[in-house]
Amino acid sequence: MYRAPVNKIIRSSIVDGPGNRTAVFFQSCNFNCRYCHNPETIHMCVHCGRCTESCPAGALRMAEGKVVWDKEKCVSCDTCIKVCPNDASPKITYMSAAQIWEEIEDDLPFIRGITVSGGECTLQRDTVVELFRLAKQNGLTTLLDSNGSYDFQNDLELLEVSDGVMLDVKADCEERHRWLTGQSISTVLFNLDYLAKMNKLEEVRTVCIPGALENEKTISKVAEILSPYLKEKDIRYKLIKYRHFGVREKYQDFRQPDEEYMEHLKELALEKGFRNIVII
Amino acid sequence: MIVLNREETSVSTNEEMKQEIRKIMKDKKLTYWQRTDALARYAEDLLDYPEGTPEEFYELTESREISDLHEGHGPWSARYILPDYEKFLKEGSSFLRLDPPKDLFEALNCLLIFYHNAHALDRFPVFLGRFDVLLEDFVKKEKREDAGKMLGWFLTSIDRTMSDSFVQANIGPEASVTGELILELLPKLQNITPNLSLRYDPDITPDDFAKKALDCALRCANPAFAYDRFYKERVGEDYGIASCYNGLLIGGGAFTLTRLRLGTISEHCKDSRDFFENRLPLCVDTQLKFMDAKINSIVNDRAFFESDWMVKEGFVHPDRFVGLFGLVGLCECVNNLMAKDGKSGRMGHDPEADRLGVKILEAIEKSVNEHYCPYSYKHRFVMHSQVGADDDEGNSAGTRIAYGDEPELYEHLKNCGLYHRFFPSGVGDIFPFDETAFRNLDALLDIFKGGFKVGVKYMSTYLGSGDLIRVTGYLMKRSEVEKLKNGEAVANDSAALVLGKSPERHMNEKKVRSFDV
Ligand code: SF4
Ligand code: SF4
Repeated sequence: MYRAPVNKIIRSSIVDGPGNRTAVFFQSCNFNCRYCHNPETIHMCVHCGRCTESCPAGALRMAEGKVVWDKEKCVSCDTCIKVCPNDASPKITYMSAAQIWEEIEDDLPFIRGITVSGGECTLQRDTVVELFRLAKQNGLTTLLDSNGSYDFQNDLELLEVSDGVMLDVKADCEERHRWLTGQSISTVLFNLDYLAKMNKLEEVRTVCIPGALENEKTISKVAEILSPYLKEKDIRYKLIKYRHFGVREKYQDFRQPDEEYMEHLKELALEKGFRNIVII
Repeated sequence: MIVLNREETSVSTNEEMKQEIRKIMKDKKLTYWQRTDALARYAEDLLDYPEGTPEEFYELTESREISDLHEGHGPWSARYILPDYEKFLKEGSSFLRLDPPKDLFEALNCLLIFYHNAHALDRFPVFLGRFDVLLEDFVKKEKREDAGKMLGWFLTSIDRTMSDSFVQANIGPEASVTGELILELLPKLQNITPNLSLRYDPDITPDDFAKKALDCALRCANPAFAYDRFYKERVGEDYGIASCYNGLLIGGGAFTLTRLRLGTISEHCKDSRDFFENRLPLCVDTQLKFMDAKINSIVNDRAFFESDWMVKEGFVHPDRFVGLFGLVGLCECVNNLMAKDGKSGRMGHDPEADRLGVKILEAIEKSVNEHYCPYSYKHRFVMHSQVGADDDEGNSAGTRIAYGDEPELYEHLKNCGLYHRFFPSGVGDIFPFDETAFRNLDALLDIFKGGFKVGVKYMSTYLGSGDLIRVTGYLMKRSEVEKLKNGEAVANDSAALVLGKSPERHMNEKKVRSFDV
């Protein structure tokens, strides 16, 4: 049975979609964004053993060439994550869809849905499909939080069990997108249009950094692509303030936007036809 | 100040009495009316306890296993009274010389006049009615702005003249203009009184209205949510929530409330077997007999049910009153008995401990249901999970988990669900949140809905860092408590309660919940 690498499960998340939800964070991502707030979720652990030496609680050890994490002993100090030279984490639990569901099931009375995030959740496509099926059978809504690199057009099975995708649009053009994430923007922009057309676009998200990114252009680009849909559909646009928190030291020179700047971006989005804009 | 038994009373000499009276008169922490109350209480306690009080009652009071909640030796009124204000607004009152009101202005004034003349065991009415049901027709005839202004002054008038946190009003389950206006006014007013309950039914109360109520609660600790279906089913269609959270019949109420201190009782036992076979039956039996004696004296030896104007005009019916069989300290009781049985599990963290908790309540419920009382509604007493008092050391409120030992939110709610069903006449828990709750009221509502799904019957929230908070079962301002600590008089009677250990611990130790953001 396949087990997906799970970084963590949050039992009560209020920022990953409407209402109270369980959020499942999978390990590993196919982007490497400079501003990533959780860089320890980017790569899979290569079992170099470096972190085992610095754990103050003795929760990490090597066994048969692999790092083993003792959840009970761990005091969540995050030292291991800080010392890892590989943007990975030793605190990964490998779980099947059924095992993840088992964890969620007890909380059913309190949540209205689940959201899978990451890392990049679509890398765990099979697990997600199975998990979402179980969720749907139990009356939950299902959302994907994705970087948009996945070929959704050719996976109707996944779209069928997903109520929507919260899609990151991180830049306005190929060059900026490659500079920021290391990957091409073309699939992302294709998905933006496709998901809107299929009624599966739950929200668009853009992290805003004055100076480093052409945020105005990104907003304009998103608006241009969504313009055929914006009249009938109330697509939420979440403008996320860049914050230093969690970002790797070598990328710490980005500037945090102020309220005024964010309001200015909101004005722009309004002008371009968005009605539902959230600044966080 | 409370004189416990007859022997002690008889040795109180004239001179001692005079000294005590002078002490009350000189107490700088009290307002005029609070002094008057204290004097009345002193006089009352010179009487003996009612005839028929079992001998064991004195011993078990001395050992702190039973508490009569300082009701006094000889109450001359029922403890909780829920007048039928609907009837009043329809028919007026000859005693008050009031005709039925014709518009909102008249209706609000009529109610204020009634409140002034009503009472309960304390000076103030513990139930002000269902505001929306009483006022909606009048409110709808006014311009929204005018209705808001009148309701605002109505609420302020209540807060400034009925300065007691046990004054309670209800809204819901339907959404209403009246309800909406009140939810908009309360955060601005930042009043302590009244304590407000939203009778909540997820099938009837619209989500938007419920979210408005939650937003309001975060800003001013009001309203709390009462699970409408439960109270309708277990108390009656025409129930009201009075005082802290007491589900009682409108046009009726409760004669008295006496409490077992289960935590203290468990300290007097060898193990759980001793508890179930000896000590618990003794305490339950004594409390039942004591309540019988007290109710008998209120009904047959006091003027209230014979001559009070509310009874005479049919706003209150003697046959709609119950006796409240109260308890506190289930958590300590369970934990102590587990330890005495050589086990380490604690209530809220261990299934076996919780099974023991349920078993204790089932045992008490069985005895209470078997007990016949000629005067209580349907001849039965009703169980009440009491919010605690200042002398309850070693006993957490009702069936609540001890401060600092609360499990994670969902587990905590499920734990409430195990115990709340035993208490139609009153139970509840409080879940303060931090600012993150404002960011997604849908999520907070999901949690409340989930709570009711798993068996919670009454729950409330407030902002952990706010001034106006809900302490144990009533509203309190941190700033007023500070004043009182500095020896200044404050208008609210209940502020003094907060100087007790349990409310102090609530303020400092109650777990404040946070969402991951
Ligand atoms: S967070 Fe990492 S370093 Fe810290 S105790 Fe846990 S395993 Fe050890
Ligand atoms: S988590 Fe990082 S440091 Fe630890 S073993 Fe894996 S790759 Fe090495």
